[in-house]
Amino acid sequence: MAGDLSPGFLGRSVPRVEDARLLRGAGRFADDIALPGMLHAAFVRSPVAHALLRSVDLSNARALPGVRAVLTYADLRPQLRCDRIPLALPSAMLRFDVDPFCLAQRELCYAGEPIALVAAESRRVAEDAARLVELDFEALPAVVDARQGLQSGAPKARLDCPDNLVAQTVLEYGDSEGAFAAGSIRVTERFRIHKGGGHSIEPRGVVARFDAVEDMLTVWDGTQMPHRAKAVLVASLGLAEHQVRVIAPDVGGGFGPKAVFHPEELAVPAAAMLLQVPVKWIEDRLESFTATVGERVQEWEMEAAADREGRLLAIRGRLYHDHGACTPYGVALSYNSATNLVGPYVLPAYHLEIQVGLTNLVPAAPTRGAGRPQGTFVMERLLDGIALQLGIERDEIRRRNLIAPAQMPYATPIVTRDGKAMTYDSGDYPECQRRALAAAKWSEFSGRQAAARSEGRWLGIGMANYVEGTGRGPFESAAVRVEPSGEIRVTTGATAQGQGTKTMLAQLVGGVLGVPLEKIHIVDGDTAASPLGLGAYASRQAVTAGNAVVIAARLVAEKARKAAAAMLEVAPEDLDLADGCVRVKGIPGLKRSLADLARALQGTPGYALPGDLEPGLAAASDFQPGAIAYTNGTHVVEAEVDIHTGAVRLDRYVVVHDCGRMINPMMVEGQVLGGVVHGIGATLFEWMRYDESGQPLCGTYADYVLPTADVVPRIEIHHMESPSPLNPLGIKGAAESGTIGAASAIASAIEDALKPLGVRITDLPVTPARLFALIRAAEQRRDSR
Amino acid sequence: MKPAPFAYHRPETLAEALDLLARLPNARILAGGQSLMPMLNLRMATPDHLIDLGRVSELSGISETAAGLSIGAMTTQRAIERSPLARAGCPLLLEALAHVGHQATRNRGTIGGSLCHLDPAAELPVAACALEATLTIAGRSGKRSIRFDEFPAGYLTPRLAPGEILTRVDLPRREQGSGWAFEEFSLRAADFAVVAVAALLALGADRRVRRASIAIGGLGAAPVRLAAAESLLVGHPCDAERVADAARAAAELRADGDEVYPAEYRRHLAGVLTRRALERALARGRKGV
Amino acid sequence: MSSHQVAVTVNGRLYRRTVDARVNLADFLRHEIGLTGTHVGCEHGICGACTVLVDGFTARACLMLAVQADGRTVQTIEGVAQADGPLHPIQAALSAHHGLQCGYCTPGVVMTLIELQCENAGATLTEAEIRRALSGNLCRCTGYQGMIDAALAVLGGAQERGETS
Repeated sequence: MAGDLSPGFLGRSVPRVEDARLLRGAGRFADDIALPGMLHAAFVRSPVAHALLRSVDLSNARALPGVRAVLTYADLRPQLRCDRIPLALPSAMLRFDVDPFCLAQRELCYAGEPIALVAAESRRVAEDAARLVELDFEALPAVVDARQGLQSGAPKARLDCPDNLVAQTVLEYGDSEGAFAAGSIRVTERFRIHKGGGHSIEPRGVVARFDAVEDMLTVWDGTQMPHRAKAVLVASLGLAEHQVRVIAPDVGGGFGPKAVFHPEELAVPAAAMLLQVPVKWIEDRLESFTATVGERVQEWEMEAAADREGRLLAIRGRLYHDHGACTPYGVALSYNSATNLVGPYVLPAYHLEIQVGLTNLVPAAPTRGAGRPQGTFVMERLLDGIALQLGIERDEIRRRNLIAPAQMPYATPIVTRDGKAMTYDSGDYPECQRRALAAAKWSEFSGRQAAARSEGRWLGIGMANYVEGTGRGPFESAAVRVEPSGEIRVTTGATAQGQGTKTMLAQLVGGVLGVPLEKIHIVDGDTAASPLGLGAYASRQAVTAGNAVVIAARLVAEKARKAAAAMLEVAPEDLDLADGCVRVKGIPGLKRSLADLARALQGTPGYALPGDLEPGLAAASDFQPGAIAYTNGTHVVEAEVDIHTGAVRLDRYVVVHDCGRMINPMMVEGQVLGGVVHGIGATLFEWMRYDESGQPLCGTYADYVLPTADVVPRIEIHHMESPSPLNPLGIKGAAESGTIGAASAIASAIEDALKPLGVRITDLPVTPARLFALIRAAEQRRDSR
Repeated sequence: MKPAPFAYHRPETLAEALDLLARLPNARILAGGQSLMPMLNLRMATPDHLIDLGRVSELSGISETAAGLSIGAMTTQRAIERSPLARAGCPLLLEALAHVGHQATRNRGTIGGSLCHLDPAAELPVAACALEATLTIAGRSGKRSIRFDEFPAGYLTPRLAPGEILTRVDLPRREQGSGWAFEEFSLRAADFAVVAVAALLALGADRRVRRASIAIGGLGAAPVRLAAAESLLVGHPCDAERVADAARAAAELRADGDEVYPAEYRRHLAGVLTRRALERALARGRKGV
Repeated sequence: MSSHQVAVTVNGRLYRRTVDARVNLADFLRHEIGLTGTHVGCEHGICGACTVLVDGFTARACLMLAVQADGRTVQTIEGVAQADGPLHPIQAALSAHHGLQCGYCTPGVVMTLIELQCENAGATLTEAEIRRALSGNLCRCTGYQGMIDAALAVLGGAQERGETS
């Protein structure tokens, strides 16, 4: 465990080292990069969801003054080693790969798909020219609903694929059939769950420069995964690894979509190489609505069986998942949904048929929560359904089904991708629920509810439990080096988009080496600084990079002790590290600064290094988490429904959160708060809509509603710390967790508010008009009885 | 999302502006820009010439007239919001303004710009409709006046002839014994309304409704007066039953709809908001009698 | 198309440039005079990231042409604190209360709060008032709570904390 961390460094809310420059407007985001001679790119995009491109007339666009080039797939193809962007990930679920093109070749498969790249002296001229490109195409029928697209006779979403069923699997264990035959009660429900986009306030952006002198491509990419971007560029452009450097500069939020390699990330560097000038492309908001991946709709037909006491016996059903027009990021979404359904509960039998359908919409890929909120929603709604049928309280039915702390580590019967049982490493789920209910004064709510009802106000309380698999491997890299100047330089494959990664890592390194944070310089998100790395996805960087830097820093500390021992002629055990020095315990004046040691280990011509040590005061570690660390939490929320309008107001929100040991509780809370509000958005506000022909109906923040400061409640967070046994620091991830329980808890609160009417919430988002229609239908049912 | 090219003109007098507008083909007036600029950025509007009224000082300002308030078309929403004259003379307008955008947009957005843009869900046209605002419109051949309810000519289209500019908005002073309320439904406070209702009720000494003016926005292309509901109220003591009848009349209006807010839902909101507006207006009116 | 000579005072310094009529103030600040602290998030006036002060009042820099700022005084995030001086109390509070994460919306948030502070000098603002004022700044990272607490610390009485809107 973290015994060598100086007191106060772990579990302390130190202010962030990132803040000052961001607060002064001195951050450097992709669009802040200006290079001499740089051209500005705009894309010509498909105006329709599905068509065959007959011809593209570029003559007017190319003739416009200020335009340097208008490039189509045919122009870029000589730069490329392969027809498509090689993004396929191995998955037994996938029936065939659908790699995207960097620019559409012949078939247009979603509105917004890039067709041509215009490079001009300014973005405005590039946009002028893009409008002058004339497209001649033959419209094809579009698939806009995954389930309909899977029916026989449906049109094909892509002519270059065998059919629309891009992936399928059956996730099953236990005897579901027997359980349903034996079960006392059964709840059947159909869910149609929409989840929206990532909507980082900074859109995507790429700046690429090919330096012919250095024979080197440098790409500044607002990405969560620069190392993956580099690997794709190396493979696509036929360059050697040493010729490609990808840097993630300051990145203005990620939330999933920036983990996905998009076509523009190849088209822009390819254009920069072809034209031999730097090219910048900054996505505008309209493009981010049409061409950035997001989540969309899942349809679930589900059935749960339980015994008389409300104990779950089995869940079975089907999941239809809208995949979009290609596969830039595997099938993580539907898989996460399916596995996260189980949650913190004992589920003896499970049978889920998953069908993933191609549609003529922008590819669906993870946004914060990555499919897990949907699985949790289904489970929590089914539990509420069973509770209702049996007349058991909602907290009680959960208590009866929660995994007990004595069962930890708990191996679920689900076998994951790596062939092992999906295993919850630690946690006390019943205690988490108990604390949340206590903090929210759950048991006293019915009194307040009754009082409000007598005034004509409809109040409800809801709750949800969930787990989140965090800290996904295979590894993250870190290297710690004490420079002769005394600066501590930390390089890592981790990549930040606002999480406070630098602070988190500096806090840990500072704790091990006994140096203040301002002495520590973190270089993240740069493939030139770290040859290996993975980046930001699956709430993983504290777990993977956090442990990696601690291991590396401990090696550095050990070496510093050995060097100092040799120089001071004492035993290494008699030394400790503090205030940037290695000191002899108990003798205040006897010490060597880390800078002195680094200088000594830098070597002096002709002299031996102290203690016969290897050169340099540095060490590296690639920490590989053995398995997924499971974060868990309970959300309790109070909602008020205006039954005359269907409007929902959230009055109070309580989260009890357990992500193991915390490095910086303030930043953990920041992650949870952001996640909860993202979840509130997905539940009540955000709805990415398309018309029947696949045209996006949302292109501005007037059409697509994000939660704002005036519509979110104060959120109260309490922590539990069940250390993970899977990593030396005992930590788990926190970045997505807040999103996962929100929809379930809010839906439960709305149902509770409307309990006298018997309204059931099965579809997301719960917009006022939709909720009002449910209220109206319930009133009519009641009146006709 | 950059605008298509245009030429920019910045007149300093109304006469100069009218002259430019008459002379330049495919020209548009730029007032506060809070609606036009997004349309330019999205290339939903592609004028060849933009005539910025921002420095035509004669078009700004609030003054008192015999009948009420006279507000220059280029007066910013924020200036009206902060004007004691407006607060005292036309509280309904102030209540509507509280729902309009954010301070950063109200700092630049103007009353005239909002009325001419005529977003079907905007608040100020609804208030202007209920208040029976009189608009002064200037052209090269002179000035004319028009009542606001005759101003909308269709979706986002004011009844302005080529070459005309809205210069002034005149609003009647609040009568003694009158009550007012502005009610809207929107997901977030600063959003355009889904449906908005502005109500003015004047009560006589006998507590009967002497005059009723109710306008509603968000149902169709432009705000409309609720004539049916008004006639149910005028001449009668206003009780809960009358209010309910008026609300029912509002809910029978024709409405456009979409997937998020279907027509049926908007009609229902029209009823709910009309009832709420009338109840609050009535309470205020009774206090004043 | 037309181009115009403009003279704009930004953070106390006068800049003279020739600009295309269609260049908005945000692009002018960022790309013509190199003050990239003002960020662009939606270019249709809703996200609030590009909020700056024009003659002391907040404006969406994406909804104003650079030529409209001719002769005006603009304050951007770079002008809030001296480059080598301490942070403005609002900036310091945002850091202390974890009111920023990725920092992209932050400049707009700071400018919004500075106007709020100027207009309410000496007054105590409630949490509801602060929430309404900040409702024009979209943030996807923080869930707003940290920035609301920061604003309360500077503009509200401490007793307001914990009260919901």
